[in-house]
Amino acid sequence: MDDLVLEVKNLNAWYRETDARGRRTRHDVLFDVSFELRRGEILGLVGESGTGKTTLVRNILGLVNTNSGEIIHYTKRPQMIFQDPLSSLNPARTVGWILEEPLRIYGKYDAPERKRRVAEIVRLVGLPADCVARRPRELSGGQRQRVSIGVALIQKPSLIIADEPVSALDVTIQRQILELMRSLRDEYALSFLFISHDLNVVYQLCDRVMVMKKGRIVEQNTVAELFANPREEYTKTLLAAAD
Amino acid sequence: MKKRNYFLSCGLALSALVFAFIVLGYFWTPCDPMKMDGSVRECAPSLAHLMGTDKFGRDILSRVMKGAGSTLFVALGTVVLGTAAGTLVGALTGYFGGWVDEVLMRVNDALSAFPSFLLALVLVSVLGPGRKHLLLALGIVFIPSYARIVRTEFKRASVQNYVKSARLMGASTARILFVHILPNIWPVLLSALTIGFNNAVLAEAAMSYLGIGVSPDEASLGYMLSDSQAYLAATPWYAFGAGVVIILLILGVGLIGEGLQRREL
Repeated sequence: MDDLVLEVKNLNAWYRETDARGRRTRHDVLFDVSFELRRGEILGLVGESGTGKTTLVRNILGLVNTNSGEIIHYTKRPQMIFQDPLSSLNPARTVGWILEEPLRIYGKYDAPERKRRVAEIVRLVGLPADCVARRPRELSGGQRQRVSIGVALIQKPSLIIADEPVSALDVTIQRQILELMRSLRDEYALSFLFISHDLNVVYQLCDRVMVMKKGRIVEQNTVAELFANPREEYTKTLLAAAD
Repeated sequence: MKKRNYFLSCGLALSALVFAFIVLGYFWTPCDPMKMDGSVRECAPSLAHLMGTDKFGRDILSRVMKGAGSTLFVALGTVVLGTAAGTLVGALTGYFGGWVDEVLMRVNDALSAFPSFLLALVLVSVLGPGRKHLLLALGIVFIPSYARIVRTEFKRASVQNYVKSARLMGASTARILFVHILPNIWPVLLSALTIGFNNAVLAEAAMSYLGIGVSPDEASLGYMLSDSQAYLAATPWYAFGAGVVIILLILGVGLIGEGLQRREL
């Protein structure tokens, strides 16, 4: 198993809430979540909202402290693509500035080299070259999502976590973005953790799927297997709802 | 095609005019503003003295040109000091929340609990008169309101995904605060700034009017206004000169603020 990029072992997560009377109660969100993700694999994560998907992501990204269990990154820290690119791209800055920012922070390249890399990424994600001078809100939804994929890519990650990246886009644009993600995986052996509630999209893109329900992973299988013979009752309901 | 922004262009033109007037006054005035001339006491406006003369026979136009410089200095200084400190406090409290927020905002509340004028009065009487001290006092008085505005904006921005994304890039906190978030709150900050500038002009005038602002040899517009009050019936042109320049100064900056706000929409 030397090609793992991420391993999550027995992760439990909860948060404490203080009510009006000052009593502290514990809300459990994740129960004994374990999975692994290999290099070049696209792993789908499905489940209804409120089931703990976002908490899982926040734990993996290290935005919160892990309560119990283990998260092992075998590579650099993962990057993230959000559902609504308009809110994840700084509205006051141009696309060129946004794409260049990770390189500036990284501080390893001089200005001409940064510009060259930005132009390269713009080409790679299929954006018109003149978009670097524009602001996110002047782009279309699909173009914005390409920009946020570019922001993730320019940091040369091995793992990208995509939280509902196409659910705000219409079907033709969805297909283009999914195509882009797949070609990136093929070319650079990138891994994706792809979160979605849309099983059709998951079916098109993913290699393996995890089904999550009330903080537990109830079923985990290859896409072909899971869609052909769902074992859990819950998976069947989800599949039935998608048809 | 954008609609022409008349607010912005009028404001800029007016401010440029007043600014030129002040800069000119710095290098050249028609007469020596401090020179007293008994032969031309309380003269009405004439070709020799465009705004007339005061009770000591000093040329009012020259005094207004110098005085506007004092007023502008205090108002600009106040805004710079208040905004810089207010932005820093607001950014830290809004972004971090928690105990940073609690501690700094309680200090802030304590400051704003004083009637602002009273606080400035106390500070000036402790520090002594003079425009540098006035500037410092007014600047401190202006901090709480800026801090509050900026805090709200930072609080709103800090939960946005672009901030999360910046954190994932490994940006430092200072970079997130001032390179990522600050440009997004510019429109709000700018309009607060122009209103603040106008308040500062008026506050300086009011303080000097009460005789606790600038010292007499630095004669600001407010000082001149208060000075002219006693002779309002006899020499109305004295109040007129200083008053008009204050109005133009405030109007110009106010229009710029309004114009900037409209541009962002």
